[in-house]
Amino acid sequence: MNKQLLLGDEAIALGAINAGLSGVYAYPGTPSTEITEFIQNNPEAKARGIHSRWCTNEKTAMEAALGMSYAGKRALVCMKHVGMNVCADAFVNSAITGVNGGLVVLAADDPSMHSSQNEQDSRFYGKFAMVPVFEPSNQQEAYDMMATAFEFSETIKEPIVMRVVTRLAHSRAAVEVNEAKKENPLNICTERWVLLPGIARKRYVDLIDKQPTMEQAAEDSIYNKVEKGGSKKLGIIACGIAYNYVKEAVGDDANILKVSQYPLPAKKVKQLAQENDAILIVEDGQPVVEEQVAGILGAGYPIKGRLTGDLPRTGELNPDNVAKALGKETGSAFDGAKNLAGRPPQLCQGCGHRDVYTALNQVLAEYPDYRVFGDIGCYTLGALPPFKALASCVDMGASITMAKGAADAGLFPSVAIIGDSTFTHSGMTGLLDAVNDKSNITVVISDNLTTGMTGGQDSAGTNKFEAICLGLGVEPEHVRVVVPLPKNMPEITQILKEEIEYNGVSVIIPRRECIQTAARHAREAKRAKEANK
Amino acid sequence: MKKDIILCGVGGQGILSIATVIGKAATEAGINLKQAEVHGMSQRGGDVQSNLRLSTDKIYSDLIPQGGADLIISMEPMESLRYLPYLAKNGTIVTSSKPFINIPNYPDEAALQEELDSLPSVVKLDIESVAKDAGNARGANMVLLGMAAPYLEIITVDQLRKAITAIFARKGEAVVEANLKAFDMGAGR
Repeated sequence: MNKQLLLGDEAIALGAINAGLSGVYAYPGTPSTEITEFIQNNPEAKARGIHSRWCTNEKTAMEAALGMSYAGKRALVCMKHVGMNVCADAFVNSAITGVNGGLVVLAADDPSMHSSQNEQDSRFYGKFAMVPVFEPSNQQEAYDMMATAFEFSETIKEPIVMRVVTRLAHSRAAVEVNEAKKENPLNICTERWVLLPGIARKRYVDLIDKQPTMEQAAEDSIYNKVEKGGSKKLGIIACGIAYNYVKEAVGDDANILKVSQYPLPAKKVKQLAQENDAILIVEDGQPVVEEQVAGILGAGYPIKGRLTGDLPRTGELNPDNVAKALGKETGSAFDGAKNLAGRPPQLCQGCGHRDVYTALNQVLAEYPDYRVFGDIGCYTLGALPPFKALASCVDMGASITMAKGAADAGLFPSVAIIGDSTFTHSGMTGLLDAVNDKSNITVVISDNLTTGMTGGQDSAGTNKFEAICLGLGVEPEHVRVVVPLPKNMPEITQILKEEIEYNGVSVIIPRRECIQTAARHAREAKRAKEANK
Repeated sequence: MKKDIILCGVGGQGILSIATVIGKAATEAGINLKQAEVHGMSQRGGDVQSNLRLSTDKIYSDLIPQGGADLIISMEPMESLRYLPYLAKNGTIVTSSKPFINIPNYPDEAALQEELDSLPSVVKLDIESVAKDAGNARGANMVLLGMAAPYLEIITVDQLRKAITAIFARKGEAVVEANLKAFDMGAGR
């Protein structure tokens, strides 16, 4: 045993390595990115040759991990919460096929939307697919639970969801770690996972039959502990990190059911209800448990939580709103400052996306009814001043398909702007639709040679974009590459104008490396040069 | 004993390096620690903060409650004011005095300094100038850490200096010395 200071994400990564992981499959997404990065840089993982290269999107990641599981080895899939939507088809059906080697699906939720477009709660996905969900309350549990989750996955032959939130993923604490276990040997599954209706029906019954085992495991779990103390007026169900805020407010002076493993342990919930006059449910994210508890206890039993307004309906929990719900109001000693202005994030000075927006705004100003459909990445910041360039940002890849739909409806000019990594993540299929329909759209793939917003991870399509566009059927004379620099503005605006006027699909690829990764690469080159002296 | 600290500034100013040094020193001293950071979108030139909690007792919450911060350590004067509702009644603000202006509606500077001066316990210094005088223009964050050192109490100046030495060791002795010098100037040694 030794102690290390680890981010929640790093604790998950090290927990997985030490549990005998053979491959992590992931697409970068805040707040999950550091898990895969840790494995990529970990000496033991390198020595073992644990797979850790970034995947094109969450669906390819989920499927590759399921394949590794089929071959008998332990695999981890990591993503931010909205990635669960992308991989949902593969994920939900992995519960029907079942697994062979342990399979853990890590979803990092982002209540309060620090870096996201919604606050969806991944615990719903676990319930939807009818598989267990683990929700660690601190960094040590995050580490310990990886081994438990892999073992449990292999016991019940089902994938396990591990759900964390931003405040655990991105918070550091000391974690006691143990030695790395051996990886599973290759042990190819002898069953066929062919989900033809006749087979899938049987498999679905198998999954239903496993539910009592999952429920019993949650009742017996060391992570779902009962604490007794204080008045019997209120019992508290504290899920995941909510437990910390509850303990911060009431210490040992409360009756608490800590929940970190689902399905919800219904017997323990009933017992808490019997022993107390009312129950407060404290959970970060959506009222997943609150709705279930209402079902378990029935009408008439007083339940408090996010749905009753005792806790805020939206946004993350914190020590203040939880203390308030427990009648232990915290308070500020000082009022908010008077001389204070918001400081929103912005595109870096010198970033190529800036030049792209400057050119786009200049050219489009000549048209009365243009719209630019945006996508997900640093360039989404083009929606903010000074550019205010975007009409939409919905999900990965939606820029191209929304521009297509709007063009179908008669919008002109209909422009899409998408980053290189987002294009390969989910933009390519939409571009094929547009080509097949000869839609009148202009697609800008702003290529900075990296996945920028999450800190500069490799981008799956680097050096392949012209070939991909041509392969999808974009006409060669309408695939145009420019270098986004202020000095090239006349050329860029001229090309944009020509391609907007072309009645069909055109793709313009402004290509210049992200200034953050360029600076990093320069530093690395300098270090390498000095090391070789 | 506990110390709850909010570290803040603008993305790219190096507040996480300050957290790393304090974290290292606390870990070596056997003090419990939790440190919540914000990564991702907010790093791009926007406001950034980190909640750093140190205690000899068990720490539950990763976040500091309102009115609970013993210290606000800020790389930028307006940013230090952003977290005022979190400052404890007898808490202290340790901040750079020099504004970082990358927004069009930055408040009036004189009014900002006046508001800072009206608070009961504020320590401010033009840390960038001090770092330049120390011949280490990039060491402003270590000057700030030096300024904050007397208020940390739960860890000693010596423990912080050892942590700086350990953390910058891989970058060579010159970098270690430059950062120690910046730290010492901030600490007024």
